[in-house]
Amino acid sequence: MLMKTDDTSLALAAAGGDGAAFATLIERQYDRLFRLCFRLTGSQAEAEDLTQDICAALPAKLQSYKGEAAFTTWAYRLCVNAAHDRRRRAATHAKAASGWGDWEVNRRAAEAETEEAIDWLTTAMRSLPDDLRDTLALVLDDMTHAQASDILGVPEGTISWRISQAKKHLAALRQEETQ
Amino acid sequence: MSDDLDDLKSLMSGATPPPDPARRAENITLAQKNFADLQGSRDGARLTSDRPKTGLVSGVRNMLNTLTSRAGLTASTAIVAVGLVMLSPLGDRVLPQSPDAPYAPAELRKPVEMSEPVVEAPVIVEHTAPMVTMEMASDNMLGAPAPSSRAKMSAPAASGLVMEPPVILPEADTEAFANADTNPVNITTESPVSTFSIDVDTASYSVIRNSLTNGQLPPKDAVRVEEMINYFPYDYTAPQGDAAFSPTVSITQTPWNPDTQLLQIGIQGALPDLADRPPLNLVFLIDTSGSMEQPNKLPLLKQSFRLMLGQLRPEDQVAIVTYAGSAGQVLAPTAASERATILNALNNLGAGGSTAGQAGLQQAYATAAAMANKGDVNRVILATDGDFNVGLNDPEALKDYIADKRDSGTYLSVLGFGRGNLDDATMQALAQNGNGQAAYIDTLSEAQKVLVDQLSGALFPIADDVKIQVEFNPSTVSEYRLIGYETRALNREDFNNDKVDAGDIGAGHQVTAIYEVTPKGSPAERNSPLRYGSAETSAASTGENDELAFLRLRYKAPGDASSQLIETAITTSDVGNASFAAAIAGFGQLLRDGTYTGDWSYADAIALATRTKGDDPFGYRTEAIQLMRLAESLSQN
Repeated sequence: MLMKTDDTSLALAAAGGDGAAFATLIERQYDRLFRLCFRLTGSQAEAEDLTQDICAALPAKLQSYKGEAAFTTWAYRLCVNAAHDRRRRAATHAKAASGWGDWEVNRRAAEAETEEAIDWLTTAMRSLPDDLRDTLALVLDDMTHAQASDILGVPEGTISWRISQAKKHLAALRQEETQ
Repeated sequence: MSDDLDDLKSLMSGATPPPDPARRAENITLAQKNFADLQGSRDGARLTSDRPKTGLVSGVRNMLNTLTSRAGLTASTAIVAVGLVMLSPLGDRVLPQSPDAPYAPAELRKPVEMSEPVVEAPVIVEHTAPMVTMEMASDNMLGAPAPSSRAKMSAPAASGLVMEPPVILPEADTEAFANADTNPVNITTESPVSTFSIDVDTASYSVIRNSLTNGQLPPKDAVRVEEMINYFPYDYTAPQGDAAFSPTVSITQTPWNPDTQLLQIGIQGALPDLADRPPLNLVFLIDTSGSMEQPNKLPLLKQSFRLMLGQLRPEDQVAIVTYAGSAGQVLAPTAASERATILNALNNLGAGGSTAGQAGLQQAYATAAAMANKGDVNRVILATDGDFNVGLNDPEALKDYIADKRDSGTYLSVLGFGRGNLDDATMQALAQNGNGQAAYIDTLSEAQKVLVDQLSGALFPIADDVKIQVEFNPSTVSEYRLIGYETRALNREDFNNDKVDAGDIGAGHQVTAIYEVTPKGSPAERNSPLRYGSAETSAASTGENDELAFLRLRYKAPGDASSQLIETAITTSDVGNASFAAAIAGFGQLLRDGTYTGDWSYADAIALATRTKGDDPFGYRTEAIQLMRLAESLSQN
């Protein structure tokens, strides 16, 4: 019962082998991590899988957690890295099965159009390059530019630049839509 | 443009699905399984946590941040000086090169501590401290700490060679803590009576927690053992009937000395029915000086008070007075039911300016006096980082002012925020003289504990001027020592003098005092018997032989001028079990100096605390054990 301890202390306790602290921590953080995973991937199924990756790796990663960054910042960094890994794997996989992949992609696209399921949000997020999307996902999750720069490991100026690029993208998209 | 971003944000919030409960449970189970597997593959002794290893640069930075300003100056001077030698044309010949020296930031502290403070230190530091230099310096310091004095001498001459300086200086640290020397061992035949005022403050524990979680051992003077012990709730019997409180006494084996015993005196305050509590008039006196701007100060304060507001009743009244440069009333007395008005006023507070503590206090007391109605409880709640830098700076004069006001029926509680210039001494002086409680709030959880869970105790006094006097029986006890309460000692004659102020107990408060007593004839006696002074004293002949001591408690009902007396004998049959309080008492003494704890170590404290943790519904004790582990690791540096 560690209900009243902050996440960073809990994480430090868990890093030191405290099982109860780890249980509390993961229980408390799961929804938040899932939310970010969804924003990074854009699909519920992908997000569930990504969160699973993170859950599986978290105990081992946590051993190197030293409390230098707030736990949330640290965990978000973990999420972003896990999302990158996943994309890289997906890209390799797609290349290996490219013939079938094209067919599958076309089939899905057709299906999607008929469903009218693609809303502005999905279009907008999908139209963005990976780095802009990651940055936007963090900023939309109420991270400051400084925190996002910390998580992504790029200068704060880059974050601001990416956000303005993303805004340009969105504005262009909006214009296309209204025309 | 930003419209798109806002749109996107609201769309995103709407579109984010809740996690699938089945997958959630599955994933969490997976995480816990992996966690458990990982633990199994390690060594058995997981109670000690390793000292965190940090990168070299951040290690140096952390070190500078945690040193006091004086030591920090010395440290950075030494590092820079060595670095300068390395950069100077002759430097690489002055010091032996050891490019393969492994990174080991912990080792850095040793050479740093060895070097003496240098008079011209500030000058050098202002000019030079580039990171590059520091890295080179630390590499080589491992190999050659000795020539640093020579290096220092060459530093000023070489300073022209150094690049533009990103100066890393620790923030000036102006903390002051109230404490006194550790209580000595008393010989029963010479001074059989021990008198002190109770203390319900818990600030010291929070300060210690804050230090430890920041990776440094707390300053010794910040450790007040009684406040650490009183931080935790214990299982004492509640008083019966109309009694304001009841004492619980137990005698246990001393964990750190097999030949002595611990006498634990616990006092449980009555918890009156809160349904018909009198209305409260609260004046929040908030420090909005420039130093309060940090996130763990004013913003945390606002959140804390918001938590507390939920505990108030519609008939309660709240006013807000701020002080920064000049004092001002921000919120006129407002009924607690007007939540929006109060929250608004709270949210609009901003930090800036210097601190006119005295003017603020005067205005707060004036506001409280205007709000007072018959039967109400009036309290000023001062929230500050302790920086009283304008007007009256003398804690003594401030004390007198508050003591004056105390007699008018308005109580004062003090909440400390933030570190760096926490003036613990002033805060203690204010709260002790204002008949209130001093708490230190470092996290929102602590705010929850002090302002929500234990609010009734903090706000409703049930007994004023509670004094404890213990008379030991020289025929059974040869020596005794009171653990903690150094700042609360009273003269023997003050016990019966109702004019002498002492601490108060609030509704449901608990107070614990622990004596280490040496039974007559025990090998643990620290004083040898006198050759010429061993005449039988009268007390020895009259005392019952199974009586260890006689406990007297004096208290006043709130508002009364004369005190009531509770007396009870403590006999050798009052044997209890080893307690968590004993573990905390030991922990506190280790942090303080460990004069009386012998070979007993943090590991023993952890073992005892883990064994006696018991039911820990709020996790306070678990947290304490974690702190002990941190202290153990830190003390090995």
